[in-house]
Order: sequence, then C-alpha cells, then structure tokens
Amino acid sequence: MNGLDIGWWGVPIAIIGGAIRVSTPFIFVSLGECLTERSGRINLGLEGTLVFGAMAGYAVAFHTGSPWAGVAAAALAGMLFGLLHGWLCSLPKVNDIAVGIALMLFGTGIAFFFGKPYIQPVAPDLPAIPLGWWTDIPQLEAALRVNVLFVIGAILAFAMAWMFKATRVGLIVRVVGDSTDAARAMGLDPNWVRLWSTAAGGALAGIGGAYLSLYYPGSWNEGISSGQGLMAVALVIFARWNPINCLWAALLFGGAGALGPALQSVGVSEGYYLFFAAPYVLTLGLLVATSSPTQAISGAPGELSITK
Amino acid sequence: MSALDQPDSAPIGVETVGMTMKFGAFVALDNVSIQVRPGTFHALLGENGAGKSTLVKCMMGFYHPTSGQLIVGDREVSIDDPRAAHAHGLGMVYQHFTLVPSLTGAENLVINRPDVPAVIDWADERGALADFMATMPFAVPLDVPVSRLSAGEKQKLELLKQLYLGRKFLILDEPTSVLTPAEADELLGMVRQMTVQAGLTVLMITHKFREVTAYADEVSVLRRGRYVGGGKVSDLSHADMAALMIGEKTLSQKAARSGVPGDAVLSLRGVQAVDRSGLKQISLDSLDVRAGEIVGVAGVSGNGQTELMELLAGQRPYQAGAIAVKGQPYDASRTQARAANVRYLPEEPLHNACAPRMSVAQNMAFRDFDEDGQGKPRFWLDTGAMRAKARDLVAAYNVKTTSIDSPIAALSGGNVQRAVLARELTGQVDLLVISNPCFGLDFSAVAEIRARIMAARNSGTAVLLISEDLDEILELSDRVLVMSEGRIAFETPIGAADIGEIGQHMAGHA
Repeated sequence: MNGLDIGWWGVPIAIIGGAIRVSTPFIFVSLGECLTERSGRINLGLEGTLVFGAMAGYAVAFHTGSPWAGVAAAALAGMLFGLLHGWLCSLPKVNDIAVGIALMLFGTGIAFFFGKPYIQPVAPDLPAIPLGWWTDIPQLEAALRVNVLFVIGAILAFAMAWMFKATRVGLIVRVVGDSTDAARAMGLDPNWVRLWSTAAGGALAGIGGAYLSLYYPGSWNEGISSGQGLMAVALVIFARWNPINCLWAALLFGGAGALGPALQSVGVSEGYYLFFAAPYVLTLGLLVATSSPTQAISGAPGELSITK
Repeated sequence: MSALDQPDSAPIGVETVGMTMKFGAFVALDNVSIQVRPGTFHALLGENGAGKSTLVKCMMGFYHPTSGQLIVGDREVSIDDPRAAHAHGLGMVYQHFTLVPSLTGAENLVINRPDVPAVIDWADERGALADFMATMPFAVPLDVPVSRLSAGEKQKLELLKQLYLGRKFLILDEPTSVLTPAEADELLGMVRQMTVQAGLTVLMITHKFREVTAYADEVSVLRRGRYVGGGKVSDLSHADMAALMIGEKTLSQKAARSGVPGDAVLSLRGVQAVDRSGLKQISLDSLDVRAGEIVGVAGVSGNGQTELMELLAGQRPYQAGAIAVKGQPYDASRTQARAANVRYLPEEPLHNACAPRMSVAQNMAFRDFDEDGQGKPRFWLDTGAMRAKARDLVAAYNVKTTSIDSPIAALSGGNVQRAVLARELTGQVDLLVISNPCFGLDFSAVAEIRARIMAARNSGTAVLLISEDLDEILELSDRVLVMSEGRIAFETPIGAADIGEIGQHMAGHA
C-alpha cells in the first residue's frame, strides 16, 4: 500500500468513490427508462441498448480519437434502438415486454458481432474533473475524480423532474402515460409520444453504455455490462418513477456495489465476495419493503402494462 | 380563453330540429326536436336505450345525424367533431372521468387548454387559476393528484374544467351516477346556482325524477328514440313523467303458469355489503324466493343488482346478515351449490359462466365433470360420457354449433345462452339465479329462453330473475321487487303491479 495508510477509513471513501463511479450508467439508463415508462411503455431492451452503445461508442472513439464523438455515436445508436422498439410496439397486438426482451438479446448479440475487432485496441477515455485537488490523501483524491458524464447525469435528473412538472412536453408525456383515453380526447397521438419517449430513453441508455466502455471500466469486452440495463428497470420502480429519486437510487446502488471491493482492499479476505451481491440484495430488499399486496404502486403511470 | 363570439355574459341556447340518427336499419333517434332555452337547467329523461346519449353525441359532433339541424344561439351550425362543438361553447361532462389521475387538478386544467405554452410558468398560472376559482361557487383542491380526490371532487373538477375552458353550454351525462346522494345534491345545487347567476345553460341526462324536480327548470322525455313530451318541471308530476318515460305498456301475455309456490328456498336477512365503487352500501333487509315462483328484481342499472348477483354467487363478501338456502347457511361453494341444487345464469355468460376457448362439450360438463354420477369425485375424465351428454343437450336445447368440439366462443350470443342454460337446467334444480338472460338476443332466442325459465318455475324451481328489462320482469315474475340505491325499495305481487308506481321507484322516488 503506497501513500498514507488510512485503514478502515478506506471503506467509506471507497463507497463514496464507487457510488460516483459505478452509478453513472445506472443514472443514465434509469433516467431513460423513467422517461419511457412515464409515457406508458416499458422498454426491457435497454440492457441490449447499453451494450450496443458501449461497443458503438468505443469503436467511434477509437476511429475518430474523440471520446465525445463516441458518446454521440452511442446516443444515436441508442436512439435507433428506441425507435425500433417504439415502432414495433405501435403495431397492433404487440406486447412491449416481449419486444423488449427480444431487443435485449438482439442488442447484445449484434454488439458482440460488430465488437470483436475492438477488444484489443485502446480508445481514448472520457475526461474527469479532479474534485479532490485539495487533499493529500490519494485514496480520497482518487474517489473524488468525477467524470463529466456523472455531472451531466445528475443535472439531467433535475432537468427531467422540472420537465415533467413545468413544460408542455413533460405534461404531455405524463398525460399519455397515465390515460390513453384522456390523451386521445385532447387530440394527442399516444403512439407518437411513446415512440419519441422510447427513442429518447434509448439514447440515454446508449450514453450509459458509452460511459462503461470509455471511462469505467474503460475498455470494450463482452462482459462489460453486469446487468445494469435490467437493474435500472428495478431502480425506476424503486424510485417511484421520479427522476430525482432515480439519481439517489443509482447512487445508493453504486455505493452498495463498491462495498465488496472496498472490504477486499482493507484486507477482509473471507466472505467479502458475499458483499458483491449487496446491490442485488439491497434492491430486492427495498422492493419487498416498499411494495404492498393490497395497493397499486403509487406514482406508477396508469397505462404501464406491468401495473395495469 | 373563450372562443365565443357572443358577449361573455350572454347565455346561449341550443335547439335540435328534426334530429334523426340511423345506424343501418336501426333508428336511434326519430325526428327529435328539443329546445334548451338560454340560462336554463334542462333535463333529458328516458329509459336505457331511449336515445338520450345518441342525441347529445349528435350535438357534440361525435355522431353525424342522418338528418336534422342544430341551432346554437340564433344560428344554424354544423358541428363535425367535438372541437367544433367546443368552439361554439358547447362542452360535455361524461359519465366516466376524463381527468388524468396522476396529474394534479391544476395540471389537468392547464394541459387541456388549446394554447399551452412550451414552458409553463406555474407562478403565473396559479395566479390565473386563483382568480378563476374566486369566481366559482365551489372549490376543489388543485394541488393534489386527481387520483386522491373523492368521486364528488372529481366530478366538480370535470365541471370546473369545462368552465375554465370557456364553455357556456354544458351537457351533463348522468353526472350523479358515481356520487353519493349528498355529493349529488351539492353538485347539482351548484350547477343550478350557476345557471341562475353566471349565465350557464345546462342539459342534464338523467333518469332520476328526484333530481329533475329538485333542480331542473324544464324537461324533455325521450322514449325509443322519439320525443314524447316535456315542458316546465313545475307543471309535471312524477306520475306524468313516469308515464311519459315508460309509456303505455300493457302487460304482455303471460306464459302458462301452473302450481302454487312452496316453501322459501332462498332467504336473505339483513345482508350488508359494499358496492362496486366502494362508496355505497348494499343493504338487503329481507328477500325470500319460494319454490315454484319467479321473483323479478327490476331497477335501473347500477343500483345494486350486479352486487346482489355477486353476493349470491359468492363473489362478493358481506359484512353482516345471512344468506340461507333451504334453511342452511349458504356461501356458494361448489359443494354447497351442488348439495342444494343451486344454479346460475349470470349476465354475459360467455365471460361469466364459460371458458371461452374450451369446447362446447367441455363447457357443458362444468357442473359434473369431476364426479362419477354417484356423487363421488373422479380422477380420470369420462370424455365419452361428457360428449354423449353434450350431444343430447345440444339437440334438446337446439344449440346451433358446427360441432360439440368447437370452442364455445365461436357460437353466437343466443347459442351460448342456450348452451349455458342447458347445462344449468340439467338435473334437479331447486334454485335458479338469473341475470339479464335475454340481453342482446334476437326475438326467437328471447322467446325460447323465457319459455325455458317458465318451465323450470312450473316444475317447482325457485327462480330469482334480475333484469334491467322491465318487460321481461313483468312477463315472467310472480312477484316484482324494485332495487334502488342498493336497497329493495318496493315489492308488489304481479297481479297488483302498477307500472307507473314501479317506474317511480326505479327512478329513485319513493
């Protein structure tokens, strides 16, 4: 261990650092899912979108030399996946959950197919802001190196909450998500609104994928996602479809995910791997604790197929 | 806000002239002319299917009348869609809610405006809403999601929405059907006040006489698509209105009856339950059905008949009271129904009494597929016997099906009804509970099914017939009960039945 030995203080610091580092893809995917679900549709294909975004972002960043071009490419690819999902679901008698699962498999499969040549090459990383410049403790400094995308994601969460509350677009998405009949009575086209909500949600998930391959862990391989795209769906339910809660939920989840490695680094060698399961146990526990057998989930969009 | 060319204070009147609406060969409206004078509270009375909804849908542009004119103010207008109606200041409050549940009242009001800005300045909007609310005679909490409002508050908010959007002529489609009586009185009192003070004109669809006499200025009555009368409410008695609404019904010829009623088979005592909406109480003090008689339960839909059926079928829990069949407590389990020979024919049998995709033969075996003729449970099905029995029943009840193996959902409504009746009437039947058995069936099927019910009665079955079709009740029943507001409001033997009196009790006037 080089530098200062800070002992057990390493654990909370690692959790904070992990919360910031690990949570970013969760923030983007859950915000995207939140937007899509608020419009009354569920997109389970975001896991595939995330993996494809990671591959597309990495490839474009490698070829252009610009990580931001990679992020843009990932967002575009994600949007195309979202449009595909939205278009398929606007056809009669199509179930959004089944389409989502199909697109999840399609996205990961096609990403592995096109991604083979990019496993070896090294693409440029996204820049980080060193918020820990004031400290001499290297662990703390490392934990406070905050990626720009994290900041954008955090701002986006508040922006989306504001959008749902105070803009015409936001209210329209909520109307469509809550009552197709009311939306039609107002002269809105629910399918059109859902198509673009799903597209925007897909773009956000693509950006989440670019973060994985371009910053943390920062390389492209087939095991890059550990189910972030699927966990984000649970996060949205746990966050009660509120974008700001999505941010907190993602941070909590990221922090729990850092528990295992943090314990390992301070020398807890026995059973630490159990802590790798912490985020999943935490999510399961929270979902059980906050659900009710007799009441519909509060805040759930009325048109969502899983809450109907 | 208002798209009217009239000055804001002037109330507008609406008149239909010779309005006719045909759906294929069916005439839903036949040359209906009604006049709603400016600033009045006008009631549109009629039984189910009398054409009230069709008339207002023609006014609102949902339907395009086959012929006839609509006059708004003093000009003839053509209304092609609801937007055009809105532009003329016409608005409608529907029976069901059209508010978005998760949005707050304020959000619901603002998003319905045609000119919502891209970014909503809530401080500004709240100010404008507060000014608007100050001019209204009632307040509704605008900052909580609509889903947390009571039914009465929602209905008030629907009304507020129409006024906020600048509508001057409001059509209310049975606005009190989802409200408690107290909420209904409050709402209608406010509407009445606004017609007097704020120059609003109101046309209210209803079939409750009490609401007409208490709140309306004038009334128009429709029957079978025709205008049959109306005028000032103060000139008409309830009996007059009931006579107009129900018409000169003569008791249709009774099917042959034989036998005398025996002992009570079904008895309900002091049963208390909550209705479907969870707001109102179903309260049945005493109901008996004796062997060899048909007891008809009449009533306007939504007054507790569905709940009565559910109580008897064990689908609805009750808080107090007792249900007994042949003196034994009865909770409608399969064992009890079998032991007491209780059979059911619920409304819409394809959905409530069949497995739509299973075959006709399988559906016909539902009562006894799991026992072996001697009342013992069986493990292996005897498909041969099931099919043989189904073939016999299909022939005996004249069920038209391509094969006993076709899914029952492929049959027409009348044939599903016959198939279910065949199943339910096989073997010893001591109590038969029926709900709207002839709804939507053609004439010959109706006659046949009624004859079967009568035959069951004559052979000693106790029959409880719940029906919204008064003709059916009068034709079949030995005793008539009227349900209103979740209670049995009236009872009469068929010999002494007076249609006017039954109609008044159905309309909620005791």
